[in-house]
Amino acid sequence: LNCLDWSLLTPATEEMLALAEEVKGRFQGDPSFEYSLAEINAEAAARLVQNGKEPVMKEEARLTATIEEIDRAVGIVPRGAFVKTPLGSVHENRHFEGLSLAEAKKLSSYFHFTEPANLKNKTLLEKADLDPSTDFLDSLEHDIPRGSWSIQLEKGGTVVVLRSLLWLGLTFYHVPMTKQFGYVYFGTGEKNLDLPFML
Amino acid sequence: HGPYQPHEPGYGLDQPGYSPYEDDIPDPQARMLAIKNAKAYLLKTSTKSGLNLYDHFANILTKILDEQPTNTVDIIENISKDVKWAQFRKKMDTLRDEHVIPPTFEAAEKCKALFIKEVGEEDHEELDEEMGEPALPNVMETAFYFEQAGIGLSKDECYYIFLAFKNLIHVQPIQTCRFWGKILGLEMNYIIAEVQLREGEEEEEAGGEGEEAVAEEEKEVGEGEEEEEQKEKEPELPKSTYKPPPEIPKEANGTGTNKYVYFVCNEPGKPWVKLPPVTPAQIVCARQIKKFFTGRLDAPVVSFPPFPGNEANYLRAQIARISAGTHVSPTGFYQFPEDEEEEEGADTYEENPEFEPPPVAEMVESLATWAHHVKGILKQGRCVWINPAQKSEENEEDDEEEEEEEEEEHQEETGHPLLTLISEDEGMKNIPAWTAQASTNLIPEYSIAILQSNRWPGAYAFASGRKFENIYFGWGHKYNPESHTPALPPPAETEFPIEPGITETADPTVEEELAFKAAQEEALAEAEEEEEEEGEDD
Repeated sequence: LNCLDWSLLTPATEEMLALAEEVKGRFQGDPSFEYSLAEINAEAAARLVQNGKEPVMKEEARLTATIEEIDRAVGIVPRGAFVKTPLGSVHENRHFEGLSLAEAKKLSSYFHFTEPANLKNKTLLEKADLDPSTDFLDSLEHDIPRGSWSIQLEKGGTVVVLRSLLWLGLTFYHVPMTKQFGYVYFGTGEKNLDLPFML
Repeated sequence: HGPYQPHEPGYGLDQPGYSPYEDDIPDPQARMLAIKNAKAYLLKTSTKSGLNLYDHFANILTKILDEQPTNTVDIIENISKDVKWAQFRKKMDTLRDEHVIPPTFEAAEKCKALFIKEVGEEDHEELDEEMGEPALPNVMETAFYFEQAGIGLSKDECYYIFLAFKNLIHVQPIQTCRFWGKILGLEMNYIIAEVQLREGEEEEEAGGEGEEAVAEEEKEVGEGEEEEEQKEKEPELPKSTYKPPPEIPKEANGTGTNKYVYFVCNEPGKPWVKLPPVTPAQIVCARQIKKFFTGRLDAPVVSFPPFPGNEANYLRAQIARISAGTHVSPTGFYQFPEDEEEEEGADTYEENPEFEPPPVAEMVESLATWAHHVKGILKQGRCVWINPAQKSEENEEDDEEEEEEEEEEHQEETGHPLLTLISEDEGMKNIPAWTAQASTNLIPEYSIAILQSNRWPGAYAFASGRKFENIYFGWGHKYNPESHTPALPPPAETEFPIEPGITETADPTVEEELAFKAAQEEALAEAEEEEEEEGEDD
């Protein structure tokens, strides 16, 4: 809450995610604030009432759902940082030494860190090039709309920074040729739905 | 390397069939020979790389035993690759180095230029002392305060910006200068400096622009005359009733929206580019569109309504809007000079020498302790309203015939007077326009008051005693709780004016025709009867 008191958030459920999409506007800063869904979307409120719950949504739930959505949508990792074993489980690659400078500038060397949705749609030619141990995730290249990532080299080319335009405030950094990478989100917690107009 | 001794762990692995203990081997001679052959084979140097397998295995095993990773068998290939890589590094050292240096080297070269400037500075230093006002902003100090709020760039970058400012001051004749902020873009970012040029420098440009405008008008008059001649010869084509709205003149440099001149650069070390002054049409259009900046000033802005200008103009318009919306200072810091009356036209303000800074707690609690010190922009796109009807009289040279002029009543637009308190800023829905916080609750003596704008996310202001500063870090867009809806295109113009000669009427139906015919025949019959009657009378 304020860097001193930390509260544990429960994992998000599908229901929370669906509701969170309806609620728009800024977060209030108070985890127990309740959004009245009746104003926002009468249908969703009606559904809730039928299920026997109140038509309100707590800010805590909205926060959890937003975090989950951000992670799913724009949580990215560099190619090769994680490997998949033949058994199917995914491990961190301890021998990942970082991308090279040339690779780091290309969008295709970064993957979404979620269940791949588009892998099977690639052409056979592309599939032949893939290395199944490292290329088991969706690449950023095929994100719709195109150009929804901004990739920049900072500090004289020593750090590559990717910023998401869909969730304004998500920043991913990587130092080429080293193992350092990571992403952080600073922002208002709102999806940028105007993206197609802004490109 | 000597041959592996039996007690060394690496021994038996060359030949998978054998156990590490030689005692059990029945036929030493043949085996020894086989072992020697195998070893010789392993020691064979590869023609490509100069390594041999023996040494390679030895290295791998040494590495594995040193590090003892888990699940070694899974990553054995990677270990092997790494060992080979380690070998190669020593050999091709010189080539590697030359290849890697360029990208970082170039960047460092540019930054070096910032650092080296000691020779020419001595002359300028004397001038600066005479001026009295420090022209160079203390970027590092500002950065320190903002860091307490959790906003800002890294120390390195701030220092580079600092040096870049120093360069800017030496190159351009600048009176005051301020770090305005940083706007992020798709390919590159913009670092923006707000500058006031010394008087006398700006007039040359205005003269240049005035000359251009005059030349254009002369051209238009010439074309108008040609068109008149042509039109007399041809049958009259329908003339368009479309009249572009009268162009609202931009404000003069040094006043209103163009009060400051802005310089941008993509990175500290790159040359500074001056942004052109902003026109009201650009501001009005910028309000209706929402586009990302790419980072190149000459990029076209493709949007609807079409933006008059390229990215440099769009950037300037957004900067003007952000400045007008979010530049604040503690109330009372600036005041109107006593000589002038307080009208809406009051443009200047001075520092109040008797200003006593309110305590930080007060600044945080009530928004009435902050006031805008930049004029708000009216709907028209200017700070000072101007009646466009006056201007249109001058442009009548282009009109050949008198057409129906729709007289629009331009209502005088009023905006907030100059030093309005920000508590009067309206919020959107239930979100207040500003959020105020103290930087820390733990040490109230040194905490500073921080203001975040909710209307322009990314605009921050801080105040601490007499010091205050505004800054912007962000993408350059206003906050909109609902999604952005672009303007719909206006209805298409009617092609022809509606006149009886042109409009189609439906053809009469059969019944109507018959009825008409019957009516006509009756009329004829009556006329004939009358004639017959007259004829009979004769």
